[in-house]
Amino acid sequence: MQALVEKQRSQESVFDMSDPKEKTMAHTPIIEECPTLVLQGLSRHFGSCCSYCQDENAQLERNVCPRCGTVHALRNVSLELFPGEIVGIVGESGSGKSTLMQCLYFDQEASSGTLHLQSYDGGLHNAFELSSQERLRVRNTMLGMVYQNPYLGLRMDYSSLSNIAEQMISSGNRLVETMIGRGSSLLDEVNIPERRKTEAPRRFSGGMQQRVQIAKALSNNPPILLLDEVTTGLDLSVQANVLDLILRIRRDFRVSMLVVSHDLGVVRMLADRTLVMLDGQVIESGLTDQILEDPQHAYTQQLVYSLL
Amino acid sequence: MTKQYNFAFFDEASKREIRRAIIKGIAVPGYQVPFASREMPIGRGWGTGGLQITLAIIGKRDVLKVIDQGCDESVNAVNIKKLIHATTDVEITEETKRASIIQSRHRIPEHPLEENQIMVLQVPTPEPLRHFEPREAATRVLHAQADYTGAWLNLFDQIVCFGTTTTGADHPVKVNQRYVMAPSPIPRFDNLKLHQSPNLTLFGAGREKKIYAVPPYTTVEPLDFKDHPFAVEDFRGKQCTICGASGVYLDETVDEESGKTLYRCNDTAFCTQQAALKGLI
Repeated sequence: MQALVEKQRSQESVFDMSDPKEKTMAHTPIIEECPTLVLQGLSRHFGSCCSYCQDENAQLERNVCPRCGTVHALRNVSLELFPGEIVGIVGESGSGKSTLMQCLYFDQEASSGTLHLQSYDGGLHNAFELSSQERLRVRNTMLGMVYQNPYLGLRMDYSSLSNIAEQMISSGNRLVETMIGRGSSLLDEVNIPERRKTEAPRRFSGGMQQRVQIAKALSNNPPILLLDEVTTGLDLSVQANVLDLILRIRRDFRVSMLVVSHDLGVVRMLADRTLVMLDGQVIESGLTDQILEDPQHAYTQQLVYSLL
Repeated sequence: MTKQYNFAFFDEASKREIRRAIIKGIAVPGYQVPFASREMPIGRGWGTGGLQITLAIIGKRDVLKVIDQGCDESVNAVNIKKLIHATTDVEITEETKRASIIQSRHRIPEHPLEENQIMVLQVPTPEPLRHFEPREAATRVLHAQADYTGAWLNLFDQIVCFGTTTTGADHPVKVNQRYVMAPSPIPRFDNLKLHQSPNLTLFGAGREKKIYAVPPYTTVEPLDFKDHPFAVEDFRGKQCTICGASGVYLDETVDEESGKTLYRCNDTAFCTQQAALKGLI
């Protein structure tokens, strides 16, 4: 029943083309309808922008302005994420998937756009305009990030337990025993054996590093997880374990997730809804099944038919 | 003595520049002030930071004491004393009470310091977050945001791996409830002496080109966790075999003939004084 309600809700958000604000208002009677994350008009460009490419409908050579050479890594990207929902993002390399994730995690500055987080202040303020300390707090308590490359997400020379404790220390925890307890149970959750918990992730296999990263991302019980190519480069059995873990986390903690992948199989398995990105823009979005079975945009068609 | 140098080796402009950095350091307790570290006639890493501070603040009526590893007679201390004496003719002493400037690397003397004394410490690594974050630009931002997760994380990692913090020396402290500071390689035992001390303490890092300070009567708290409180080295039940002192920082030595473990004061000037008072030497 729950699943059916969810499905209906995601369908609505796909077909409803009206202003997202109005839509939220229309659904206020059901409290769960409030999206945990609303992103509107996110742009990220490298370069000074000229009068030509400032227009968001201007024709670019892929994502480069033909007049001034500014690179538009992201152009006017909007999305919503509901509680317990998994949204997939697919697209070729260089299409802006990782830039999008890094902007959402404040690793990169957004050039323009607004981000409203339900868990921060009920979605009142634009999170992109917060002070750096506040952003750090949002990052530490409301967001969890798993990077494609574990070297970006982990401190390789610190023990796995310390890696997980970092965000807890950062948000003011000064009790070693509780942090070790929490870290230990999270590492159990991702199947890291007891005797390796005090070992540095540098000495782990790629799959283990990725699992430690997931445990680290969960340390402060964040309502939103950002997963950037979590399964890329892992062998199939480990990949299955990690996917299983992600679904279990969603089920047990009702965490919302944004999942970036170029593997359509992963997206088909995980995501309720999917966005397709090309040259920094979202070119198609909808239910995952719908996108994969009946792609509308020429690029999406090419992408789906390239599936082996 | 024929004068071959300006008083205190440096030209006046250099001294003024260093003093300006010192004043800024005193104004912002625990904040690392960059300064133009000079080439010195001793190698970097051998106390040039402390030496530059001493030379910049020393006057003709000052009385100087230099210690290294708690000892007034070790090579490094003797060389620094010789250089300063040759260029200033100030009086050199081993007696803590008489000195107006005390330069040291590993110890704060056992004899309590007073308001008219200045402690100068030589610092190898002034940045308490360096192990956590290797980039200087990034650590400066962390200091500006008072984000000291890294300093705590280092201690946490030690507790996770070894059951206790393993900072033998240089245990990070929070100064004036704002900046986290590396207190130079003084043992944990001496960290507590920085708290609300009546004397001024100056820190100089010659290689890293940083000066910082703890002004008199400033709050200095060692970082720790609620369930793993800060603890100093434990010398309970042990005493110095030479002067009989207890409650001081002791060195452990082994008598090779008898195989017995002996303890003696690390602060040699203090030990000599105590022994003389008790008529032992």
